Amino acid sequence: MPRYIVSRLGLAVVMAILATLVIFLIANTVPGDPALSQLGDLAASNPEFLKAFRAKWALDEPLWTRYFIFLKELAHGDLGISIASQRPVLDDIKNYAPATIELATVGFLLSAIIGVPLGVIAAVRRDSWIDHVARFLSLIGVSSPTFWLAFIVLAIFYGELQIAPGPGRLDPIAFAPTNVTGLFLIDSILAGDWDTFRDALAHLILPSTVLAAATLGLITRTTRASVLECMHQDYVRVARAKGLTEGKIVMRHILPNALIPVVTLGGLAYANLLAGAVMTETIFSWPGLGRYTFRSAAALDFPAIMGITLVVAVTYLIINLLVDISYALLDPRVIR
Amino acid sequence: MQDLTRISSAETATAQDGAAILDVRDLRTYFYTDEGVVRAVDGISYSVPPGETLGIVGESGSGKTVAALSLMRLIDDPARIVGGEINFDGRDVVKLSDEELRKIRGGGIAMVFQDPMTSLNPVLNIARQLVETMVVHGRLTEEQALERAIKLLGRMGITAPERAVDSYPHQFSGGMRQRVMLAMGFSNEPQLLIADEPTTALDVTIQAQILELIVELNRDFKTAIVLISHNLGVIASVCSRVVVMYAGEIVEEGPTEKILADPRHPYTWALINAVPRIDRHVPGQRRLVTIDGTPPDPLNMPAGCRFAARCPFRIEKCEQHPELLEIAPGRKSRCWVTQAGGDLPPPETSRGAPAEAKARPDVHHGSETVIKRGERMLELRNVVKHFPLPKTTLFGKQKWVHAINGVSLDIAQGETVGLVGESGCGKSTLARVIARIHEPTAGSVLFHGQDIAHASQAQVRPLRRRMQMVFQDPYASLNPRMTVGDILGEPLRFHEVTHNEKETRERIAELLDVVGLPQKAAARYPHEFSGGQRQRISIARALSVRPDFIIADEPISALDVNIQAQIINLMIDLQERFGLTYLFIAHDLAVVRHISDRVVVLYLGSVMEIAPADTLFAEPLHPYTRYLISAVPIPDATVEAARQRLPLQGEPPSTVDPPSGCPFRTRCPIAQGICAEVMPPVAEVRPNHFVACHFPGQF
Ligand SMILES: Nc1ncnc2c1ncn2[C@@H]1O[C@H](COP(=O)(O)OP(=O)(O)O)[C@@H](O)[C@H]1O
Ligand code: SF4
Ligand code: SF4
Ligand SMILES: [Mg+2]
Repeated sequence: MPRYIVSRLGLAVVMAILATLVIFLIANTVPGDPALSQLGDLAASNPEFLKAFRAKWALDEPLWTRYFIFLKELAHGDLGISIASQRPVLDDIKNYAPATIELATVGFLLSAIIGVPLGVIAAVRRDSWIDHVARFLSLIGVSSPTFWLAFIVLAIFYGELQIAPGPGRLDPIAFAPTNVTGLFLIDSILAGDWDTFRDALAHLILPSTVLAAATLGLITRTTRASVLECMHQDYVRVARAKGLTEGKIVMRHILPNALIPVVTLGGLAYANLLAGAVMTETIFSWPGLGRYTFRSAAALDFPAIMGITLVVAVTYLIINLLVDISYALLDPRVIR
Repeated sequence: MQDLTRISSAETATAQDGAAILDVRDLRTYFYTDEGVVRAVDGISYSVPPGETLGIVGESGSGKTVAALSLMRLIDDPARIVGGEINFDGRDVVKLSDEELRKIRGGGIAMVFQDPMTSLNPVLNIARQLVETMVVHGRLTEEQALERAIKLLGRMGITAPERAVDSYPHQFSGGMRQRVMLAMGFSNEPQLLIADEPTTALDVTIQAQILELIVELNRDFKTAIVLISHNLGVIASVCSRVVVMYAGEIVEEGPTEKILADPRHPYTWALINAVPRIDRHVPGQRRLVTIDGTPPDPLNMPAGCRFAARCPFRIEKCEQHPELLEIAPGRKSRCWVTQAGGDLPPPETSRGAPAEAKARPDVHHGSETVIKRGERMLELRNVVKHFPLPKTTLFGKQKWVHAINGVSLDIAQGETVGLVGESGCGKSTLARVIARIHEPTAGSVLFHGQDIAHASQAQVRPLRRRMQMVFQDPYASLNPRMTVGDILGEPLRFHEVTHNEKETRERIAELLDVVGLPQKAAARYPHEFSGGQRQRISIARALSVRPDFIIADEPISALDVNIQAQIINLMIDLQERFGLTYLFIAHDLAVVRHISDRVVVLYLGSVMEIAPADTLFAEPLHPYTRYLISAVPIPDATVEAARQRLPLQGEPPSTVDPPSGCPFRTRCPIAQGICAEVMPPVAEVRPNHFVACHFPGQF
C-alpha cells in the first residue's frame, strides 16, 4: 500500500510539473509581447514598470531559463499580479476559493449521501415505486439546465414561500466569522458562533441543491446500474447459499464492489463542481472562483487566468490521487 | 478420526439409518420467459440417504444446475418452483419461510459452484468470507470461527493457512479457490453438500486433487454429496449411485458401476459410447459412436419420449411418454424398450480388450505410420516466446512471462500431433507462434522449408493460406454480424481462391456439404447455430482456402460429449479425405490419445516428452506424463476402484520466475541435485520416444 501511494504521488507530481510547463508555454507563446498581455495596457504604458517586469521574468533570456524562473517564483507562491484587481493573483484566489470549496463540497456531499443509497434501493427494489421516483429525480437533475433550476428554486423558496434566504453567503447585515479556513461553516464553529453557522448553512441550501442536482442524478443512475450488475455475480449467489441475510448481502458483498465505478464518477463530478460552478455562483451572488474566473476572462486578465488554470489542474490531480487511493482501499486487486 | 476440523464430537449424521436426508418428489422448476414456459426441471424425484454420494449427469441444458439450485431455492426471477416437494431432514424446503430457509442454506445444505474464479467476492479477504459463513449460523463466535477457518484451510490442503486467510481471492489459483469453497461448504458440517461441476474449470491434475478431497471429506464428515458433472469419469471416481438427466427429466438411475457397465437407457448408452477411454485404444477404430441431432426445444417438448428424435432404438410405442420405472432391483429407466426387457448392445469401448490392444501396439500408430508419413512440414527449432509484464510501478524492473522456453518439434505431412499440458503451460502461445500471430522472441519456425519466425506479414500471407487455425470458442471467433456465407466467402476472396461470385458460391456450398451443414445455413448468422454447428462453421472457414495444416486449439473443450464425438469424427474424416496435417491442442487426454499419432507433453513452456500416442500412454517415461495420465478419471467404476492414483501435489510454479534446471523439479518426487542445476535435454531415449529427464522411466 505505501509503495502504491508513493508511486501514485510521484505520478501526480510529474503531471503537475507538466501542467506548469503547458501553462507557461501557452502564456509565453501567445502572439505579441508577453509583457503587454501580462501587465495590461495601463501598466505597460509606464516604462518603469515595463523595465522592472522584463528584468524580473528575464524576458530577454531563452525560453527554458524563463521557465525555471517561472517555477522558482511559483514555488514562492508568486502567480503574478492581476490586471483587473492589481493584487497578487494568489491573494485573489485565496480570497475566492473557500466560498467555492464550501459550496462544491456541500453540494457534492449532498449528492453522494442521497445518491448512493437511493441508487442502491432503486436497484434492490427494482421496478418498485421508489425505483420510479429515483429515475424521475435523476432525469430532472441531469436534464434541467443549471440557470433554469437556480432561477426556479430562488423564485419559489426565496421569492414565493420566503422560507429560504436570498443570494450571498450570509445575510447582508451579518459579519463573516473570524477568518481561519475561509469556510464559513467551519470558521463559525471554531468561533463558537452558532447564529452565523445557521445563517451560513441556510444560505448554502439552495445553491448547493442546485449544484448537486445534476451530480445526484449521475450518481444515482451509476450506483443503480453498478449494483444491478453486481447482484448477478456468482459470489452473491454464494453469499445467499451461505444463509446470509439480504441486508448483509447488499452491504457486505454487493456494495463494496458496486462502489468501484461510483468512486471514479464521484471524483470527476467533484472536480467539475469545484471548477465549473460559474452559473450557480453568478445567480446566487456567490463570491467564489467561478465568478472570479468569469470576470478575469471577460477582462482578459491574463495572469489571473493562468493562476486559475494552474489551481484547477492541481485540484484535478489531487482529486485523481484521492480516487486512486480509494480504489486501492476498495479493491485489493489494484495493488498487486 | 477425531479431527481438529470438527465443531462437535457428536456424529453429524443424526438421521436414522435408512431414512433419506434428502427426498425430492416430482420437483418442477419452470422459467417464465417472454417466448413461453421453459420446463427446465420437469418432475424429478430422487432421494439421498445420509452420507451417500450421488452423481447427476447429463449434457448442458438438461437441467442439472437448475435442479441443484432449486434444492435451496436459489433460483432467480423468471424461474419458479411450480410443483413438488424437497424434503430435507423431514421438512419441505419449498414451503419454508425465508427465515427457516436461511438456516438451511449454508447450515444443513452447502453448495460448491462450477467457477471458482467468480465464486469468491474479490474485495473481501478469505478470512472474512469463511468466518461470516460460520458466524451467521450462530454456532461460533468470530474468534472461534477464525480459528476454525484456519484449521479447515489446512485440512483442504492449503499451505500456511494462517497466512492464507489474510489473502484476497485474486492471489489464489483456481484450484486453491475451489479448496476455499470446499472449506466454506464444510464449515458448518452440513448434512448435504451439493457440488455443481466443481472441477470442470480446473486442470486434470488439480481436478484429481479436488475429487480426492471430496471423497475424503465424505468419509470423514459423513456428509452426503450430490455431485453434478457432465463427465462420467468424474462421477465414477466419486459416486456410488448416479442419476442421468435428459431434457429436464431423469431417464435412468442406479448404482454407478452397473450403469457404466450396462446402461439401460439409450441416452446413457450414447453418453458412454461418445467418450474415448484413456485406458484403452482399439486399434483401427478411430470413429466414435455418436447420435444425431440435439436435445429437444425446451419451449416445445415432444409429447412422447423426449429422446425419440435421436434414439437409435426407437420403436412405435415411443410416441407415448414413458415413465421412470424400476427395471431391475435398484435400477430405474425411462425407456419402453428396456422396460420390456430389451437389451442395448454392449458399449463399443468395452469390446476390444485392453490387453489385446497392448499386445499389438504397432498396428495403427507404430512404424507403419512413421513410414507412411510424408516430408517434414513444420520444423520448430529452439522457439522462445517471452511476454513483457505491464509494470506495476513507475520505476520498477521489467518482468517477463516465460511462456515458451526453447521448444523444438517436427511435424510431418499427414500426421496428427497432440499437444497436452496444464493450462498456462504455453500450448496456445506455441500455436500462435506457429501461426505467426505472435512473433517468437528467438528460434526458428520453418513451414514448408521457409523460416517464418521473423517474416513480414506480406511474406507470411501466401503461407497462411496453407495453415489455418480453429479455436476453442467458435462463437467468439465468428463475426456475429456476418452471415455464414460471408464468413466463408471472405477468406476465399481475400486469398483469391475463387475468382468470381459464382465460383465463391459454389465453393461455399461445397464447404457446407463437407462439414455436414445444410445449404440454407449460408444465409443465417452464427447465433442461430448451436455450439457444435458453430464449430463446424469454424472448420469450414479454416478449410475454405484449402490448407494442408490445421492448428486446432481446444476445438472441442466447450462442447458436450456427444457433440465432441461428432466433431472428432468430422476431423478424422476430413483428414482422410484431404490429407490434412493437424496440431491438436486439448486438455482432455483421452481425446488426444484417440485422435493423435504422436503426442507432445508441455510443462512451463518446455517439452517434457514426445512419443507415439500409444507408446506414450502405455509407457510414459517422464514423471510428469505419468502424473497427468494417472489424474484422468476413467468412466468405469470397477477400473476406478482398482486404480492406484498418483496424486501430483501442488501447482505449476510461476512463469515469471521459473525454477532453475528442470522446470518440473519443484513437483517431482525423484528430483536429485543435478535436476536443479542442469536442464535435461530432450533426448531420444528409445526410438521415436523423446524425454527431457535426467532419470527417464525411473519413477
Ligand atoms: N499476450 C500475452 N501477454 C502476457 N502473457 C501472456 C499472453 N499470452 C499468454 N500469456 C501467458 O503465457 C502463459 C502461457 O499461456 P497459454 O499459451 O495461454 O497457455 P495454455 O494454452 O496452455 O493455457 C500464461 O502464463 C499466460 O498468462
Ligand atoms: S422410449 Fe423409445 S425413443 Fe425413448 S429412449 Fe427408449 S427406445 Fe428410445
Ligand atoms: S529431470 Fe529431475 S526433476 Fe526433472 S523430471 Fe527428471 S527427475 Fe524429475
Ligand atoms: Mg489455452
